[in-house]
Amino acid sequence: MRSALPTPTPETRHYWEGCKAGELRLQRCTPCAHVYFPPRAFCPKCSSRDVGVFAATGRGILYSYIINHRPRPDMGSEPHSIAVVQLDEGPRMMTNIINCPQTPEALVLDMPVSVVFETQNEQITLPLFEPAKARGET
Amino acid sequence: MKPHSIAVVGAAETTKLGKISDASVLGLHADAALNAMKDAGLTLADIDGVATAGISPVDLAYYLGISPTFADGTMVGGCSFMLLLRHAAAAINEGLCNMVLITHAESGRSQIDAGVFPRTPSSLAGQFQQPYGVYVAPTVFTIPALRYMKTYGATEEDLARVAVVQRQWASRNPRASFRDLVTVEDVLDSAMVAWPFRKLMCCLVTDGGGALILTSAARARDLPQKPVYVLGTGEAFESPLIDQMEDFTSSKAFHVSGRKAFEEAGIRHTDVDHLMVYDAFAHIPLYGLEDLGFVGRGEAKDFIREGHTAPGGKLPMNTNGGGLSYMHSGMYGMYALQESVRQMRGIAPAQIQGAKISVCHGVGGWFSAAGTIIFTNDARN
Repeated sequence: MRSALPTPTPETRHYWEGCKAGELRLQRCTPCAHVYFPPRAFCPKCSSRDVGVFAATGRGILYSYIINHRPRPDMGSEPHSIAVVQLDEGPRMMTNIINCPQTPEALVLDMPVSVVFETQNEQITLPLFEPAKARGET
Repeated sequence: MKPHSIAVVGAAETTKLGKISDASVLGLHADAALNAMKDAGLTLADIDGVATAGISPVDLAYYLGISPTFADGTMVGGCSFMLLLRHAAAAINEGLCNMVLITHAESGRSQIDAGVFPRTPSSLAGQFQQPYGVYVAPTVFTIPALRYMKTYGATEEDLARVAVVQRQWASRNPRASFRDLVTVEDVLDSAMVAWPFRKLMCCLVTDGGGALILTSAARARDLPQKPVYVLGTGEAFESPLIDQMEDFTSSKAFHVSGRKAFEEAGIRHTDVDHLMVYDAFAHIPLYGLEDLGFVGRGEAKDFIREGHTAPGGKLPMNTNGGGLSYMHSGMYGMYALQESVRQMRGIAPAQIQGAKISVCHGVGGWFSAAGTIIFTNDARN
């Protein structure tokens, strides 16, 4: 079980509540329309405090990654990806790519990925990603 | 700052490097400081400014017995020492102090009172990186490399070649941790750490330290060492989260810091005789060569393959063997500065004959910060 779990702050609570509810929530600036991540109470592009929260599609592409062969003890003993995805809405975020072999052959840059939420405990659900084609029903 | 106004008059590393089981971090700072004072022919009473990263400059001053009127504890990771040098130069020029001691030390290997870099579960990294298995440098700093490789057609062999060339330099340096020559195959056959990075593409983990003493160029003329003048300086920053880097194939902090230093120095790239690019991992010198403007985007791999950074090449780079082969205690910037100073004094183990200008570029916090110092031994370059 992962041990290094986040403690939400007032500025990020909506994001982590969204993950629990099965939504990847991003923020958009009302005046300048900039979509940004990680969460904060103002737009990092124009400093406006007039920002809104919306549910992202949860789709993106695999932007870059490594396969960690020396996992942190709480991450198990098998090599695993530590990846950055670029979301369709623009922002990038760190994650793990799961539900596929953790190999260079299976983890191809620019492949479509989609979010899958993994419950850690009552407070925290993490947004992980899987290859989009692995989503059977879509 | 004004070029040639400030000089390095003392420079030394700890007496030992590598595995040092008989000294704490603070003890290593002191060892480096005493060596640098001896090198400069100075006593405690001469030093009125202290600067260090990782420990408190107040702890350092107290421990050594200095009563400073200037202290700087800027801590932005491995390039902190480039920034401390830059700030010290400004402070001396502004009259805040006359003689600044900058120290670094870490017990990276032996972990004797080694520092910790806490990231609380509420910090940006704690919320948006740590949950995914991030911890030590190889799990983070390496992440942009695949995007760089895909964009520019760089291969795992190209990464390996960086380590191969630096080992060629290390083989000429008696103080280097690893001195046996290696081939591209040796590097690719070494243990996988974080694909595509093998062990020999990752820096060492060792114990050690270093110290520099800076003063005005005028004062430097009365001191025993050949002055090494500060010609240009730069510092710049990007995101503390690697996933938020603007461009995974280029470091904005490198580019901005380097441009500022070159502008300040008033030199062209063809004037540069010697280059240090902090190499925590094999991809960093590729970014460094490109972002500092020595080659075009995507050209660094060819430049290295053609031998231009190797012994005998037109742009000798990381001539001490670098973090990959010389030593790396955790914040390597100080050792890059030490090698630039040695080259400018003409006393480096792998000395570049006639070298007059050295560019020393550091990275900190896994692409989140950069510092660039340009040195010269020519009083009126």
